[in-house]
Amino acid sequence: MTTGTDVATPDQISADARSRGRHPIAGPVSTLILLFARAVTAVRAIWSPDGPPSRQHVYFANHSSHGDFILIWTVLPPRERRRTRPVAGAEYWLKSRLTRFVGRDVFNAVLIERQPETRSDDPVARMAGTLDEGASLILFPEGTRNQTDDPLLPFKSGLYHLAKLRPDVELVPVWISNLNRVMPKGEFVPIPLICTVTFGQPLRVCADEPKQDFLDRARAALLSLSPHTDTAA
Amino acid sequence: MTEARSDLLTLVLGICAFLIIATVIGQVLQRRLSPDRSNASIENLNARINAWWVMVALIGIAFLAGRAGVIVLFAFCSFAALREFVTLTRTRRADHWALAAAFFVVLPVQYYLVATDWYGLYAIFIPVYAFLLMPIAAVLRGDTERFLDRVAEVQWALMICVFCISHVPALLTLQIPGYEGRNVLLIAFLVIVVQMSDVLQYVWGKLFGRTRIAPRLSPSKTVEGFLGGVASATLIGAALWWITPFTPLQAGLLALVITLMGFFGGLVMSAIKRDRGVKDWGHIVEGHGGLIDRLDSVIFSAPIFFHIVRYGWSLT
Repeated sequence: MTTGTDVATPDQISADARSRGRHPIAGPVSTLILLFARAVTAVRAIWSPDGPPSRQHVYFANHSSHGDFILIWTVLPPRERRRTRPVAGAEYWLKSRLTRFVGRDVFNAVLIERQPETRSDDPVARMAGTLDEGASLILFPEGTRNQTDDPLLPFKSGLYHLAKLRPDVELVPVWISNLNRVMPKGEFVPIPLICTVTFGQPLRVCADEPKQDFLDRARAALLSLSPHTDTAA
Repeated sequence: MTEARSDLLTLVLGICAFLIIATVIGQVLQRRLSPDRSNASIENLNARINAWWVMVALIGIAFLAGRAGVIVLFAFCSFAALREFVTLTRTRRADHWALAAAFFVVLPVQYYLVATDWYGLYAIFIPVYAFLLMPIAAVLRGDTERFLDRVAEVQWALMICVFCISHVPALLTLQIPGYEGRNVLLIAFLVIVVQMSDVLQYVWGKLFGRTRIAPRLSPSKTVEGFLGGVASATLIGAALWWITPFTPLQAGLLALVITLMGFFGGLVMSAIKRDRGVKDWGHIVEGHGGLIDRLDSVIFSAPIFFHIVRYGWSLT
């Protein structure tokens, strides 16, 4: 792992990526990761009554493991998967050559700087720009991996600002179940367990909805998909 | 050897003929009575028939690949079953290493011992060694919350999903005089009797079922279905004596033991599902339950069948 001078800014990265294109083995590596995710978790999607997504969306999900967006990615229909990009912390994914290859080339992540003091550009503007290019986004509004016994941490405000900036793009809550047991933080051997990914009804921000009201509503929509609140499960 | 081949061929042709007839009946019933797929009984029947085709194809391929193929097939069944079982347990982070060991050490070692025919060790590896070593792996993390529950659940998962299932391919290691090279037919006997018992209990129950046998566990099981299913599956077992080393009477008695163990095994597995508030163990076939739902009767009858045959007929 390298630090300090070796860390590039997201702008340099995206310019770099544009100029040289995707790494030639990124495609096969992503296929291998998808097969591995299926072998370990036998992951199953539970769609909302509208069926699998076909339009551009912002997916927002609970976050407890590095594998979270891989599972969402795995269950999405291939065409939707190709344009879906996870939003992830630059300081983590640019740490070493390996994480940079995986984050940038394999997952095509939108890397944002999470520390407001040190960042050079606005993460919400970057996300909106990515939406303008036609991509779907996967967002973890808790901001970090949830290590507590609470099912869901309070949301950061990025989701609200993005929804205000691009009100036409629908926000889809996605609950990932069991993956925190497959690979808890700090463990490196995954335990094979069956995971489900539950997609909820899309929502949008209302014209004059206050920030906290919207965040509470979005959080409740996500939480309602969790099996702990569902008596049928 | 050629005799074994011709018996196997007769059996495979018989099974295929049976499945083709069953498929035709299922399709006709669906066209007539459930064109919009609304009749649950007919949909259930067709789902079972489809599952049998898959089962026959997989077992057929494994049989062709020989002993290694059968062992690999059941090792994968154990893996998928263990994954379903552990998903429903309430393990904590402190169980991580114990669970990793269950999947990546205990399971492969058990099947390796079966493959190398080390009976003295595979018969006690999980009941003794895993039983003692798994709680040690868990206790080193120092989390005492529900410790006994967690340790017991992992041990149960291993016994059901690895130990019991591994006794199906273990039938290949028995050395029965005059039955050399035909052991694969013992697996066929076990699986056919269990599957026939399951479906005949269902059919008898649908036709004549009045009295519920275990209303709190499994509302669809009836005394009439149980008696009719067990009796007719026992007769089918007796009629299959020619593929076994048994006389018709012995084959019938063994089929009776298999069906009884299968029935009560189904009840036990239902009780666990009720306890955990789920209808099915998993979703290995979309909408038709998990692997354990399909295997629960085999799981309970396999070790008992194995040991009776070993004591009564095998040289080892």
